Amino acid sequence: MKTTSKIITYILLATGAIVMLFPFFWMITGSLKTYNEITASPIVWWPKVVQWSNYARALEIAPFDKYFVNTVLVATINTLVVLLTSIFAAFAFSRLKFKGRDIIFSILLATLMIPSQILIITNYVTVAVRLHLMDTMLALILPYTASIFYIYLLREFFNQIPEQLYLAAKVDGTSDWRYLWKIMVPNSKNALITIGLFSFIASWNSYIWPLLVTNSESKRVLSIGLRYFSGEAGTDYHLLMAAGTIVILPLLVIYLFLRRYIMEGVSRAGIKG
Amino acid sequence: MFEPKWKTTLKALLYLSPALIIIATFVIYPMFRSVWISFFKDYNIFKHTGTGFGLENYKDVLTDGRFLLALKNTSIYTIVVVPISMIIALFSAVLLNSKMKGMKFFETLYFLPYITNLIAIGLAFQFIFNSTYGILNKVLGIFGIDSIMWLNDPKYSLPALIIFGIWSGLAFKIVVFLAGIQGINKQYYQAARIDGTSRWRTFTKITMPLLSPMIFYIAIISFIGAFKTYIQVVGLYGNNPGPADTAMTIVYYVYDKFYGANEPPIAAAASVILFLIILIFTFIQLRVSKKRVQY
Repeated sequence: MKTTSKIITYILLATGAIVMLFPFFWMITGSLKTYNEITASPIVWWPKVVQWSNYARALEIAPFDKYFVNTVLVATINTLVVLLTSIFAAFAFSRLKFKGRDIIFSILLATLMIPSQILIITNYVTVAVRLHLMDTMLALILPYTASIFYIYLLREFFNQIPEQLYLAAKVDGTSDWRYLWKIMVPNSKNALITIGLFSFIASWNSYIWPLLVTNSESKRVLSIGLRYFSGEAGTDYHLLMAAGTIVILPLLVIYLFLRRYIMEGVSRAGIKG
Repeated sequence: MFEPKWKTTLKALLYLSPALIIIATFVIYPMFRSVWISFFKDYNIFKHTGTGFGLENYKDVLTDGRFLLALKNTSIYTIVVVPISMIIALFSAVLLNSKMKGMKFFETLYFLPYITNLIAIGLAFQFIFNSTYGILNKVLGIFGIDSIMWLNDPKYSLPALIIFGIWSGLAFKIVVFLAGIQGINKQYYQAARIDGTSRWRTFTKITMPLLSPMIFYIAIISFIGAFKTYIQVVGLYGNNPGPADTAMTIVYYVYDKFYGANEPPIAAAASVILFLIILIFTFIQLRVSKKRVQY
């Protein structure tokens, strides 16, 4: 490639990167400015003295530490359970030859088209009215402990493990249970990490379901807490930016360390369709 | 194959039961129940009884000015966001595919918005769009453009939502397109280079045709995604769907009827209508992808 074309490419890419990153930069630096700095004209790009106290102020107004613990708990438990149910189901769909397997699987896949809004209306009734789980941690997790999409993704991975291995194991008298945990699961480590991350991120960012099934402050997750906070903080932009940073930063850190798995998963899911 | 069929079936049932019980309860059952609810004029969610069975809710929704506004807003949003974000994403993916140093670094940066909590980053956008203190107006001011009330002027509330929507949807498309481009056989590009083909020609004659099935597929899921836009509205406007409902979307309408107005049958009917719209897109996808997208 010619040098000029290289330079143009870099300039374009850098411009794009600035657009993608600017909201993050603005939120994080804004969270460390004083009110006067964040609303100043001309623009103050960097705080003169870093205002960590904004975070303390935000925590005084709303218990973000409590929300944080709730969110971590819900996302972690949700992820572990969904991994288990997906492993079992994907194994059955990929290795066990039972009657009606392909029909059941096709029906399940077809339901992916249904918008979640249809489901949420009845699920609210089921969880809040029938099961009396309103305002509990279990209510936040229960409907998301199995996912057709993750079963589908994992089945794709399981299918790549040679069938001969399974047949050989059967000849040796290895049980299905043992085979699943000794061969299938260790060989699908990357896929499981990817699915686990998807589930964790989805749970971390979920909004409408927690809004419906929780109402006391002690059960709130970060998304909901942030919404109420933004009503209370009003125009204290520096505090709003601090609260927003609390919600975003943990995922940013996870992303920086595990981005390979997330990107691989997205491109795979995107290509397969 | 080494054990009787009934035994395998029984075993499969055991492995499937945790997932199937949850899916039956929270996916299959509600799908039918919500459609059922949508036909009752009044429905008691505590007793699961309803009165006034018929299509009245559908008539009410389809003649409700707010729903029609939501439909219009969502359509405009979709028609603008999908093509623009697809073009930017495709262009970015081609650039990211350059054989140059630092591409992995850029990839990492471009993908960041994908994992982000949109309610949280929405606060940053609220502040960027702020008419008095927002940086967007300050930058536009340099070019002599008067201060715009992005979030308070009904004329600009939907454009603001569209900007936020494009930004939040780019990352996913870029990664998928990049994976698609990298999956194209390198020999095509080598041949093009030997022939001295220009970058633009290489793009239109090799990348675009070979990528066409993926472009089409992404277009369809983007259409469906854009039609279900909701969280961006909450991120940008919080408790309301913009001034005079100008940023109201179909999903916002559904939740507003369910949660705000406490009218589950109306919400159910609106969500079924949304489903039918999505279904139409999906059928178009199936038909066209069978016929046209080939190379």
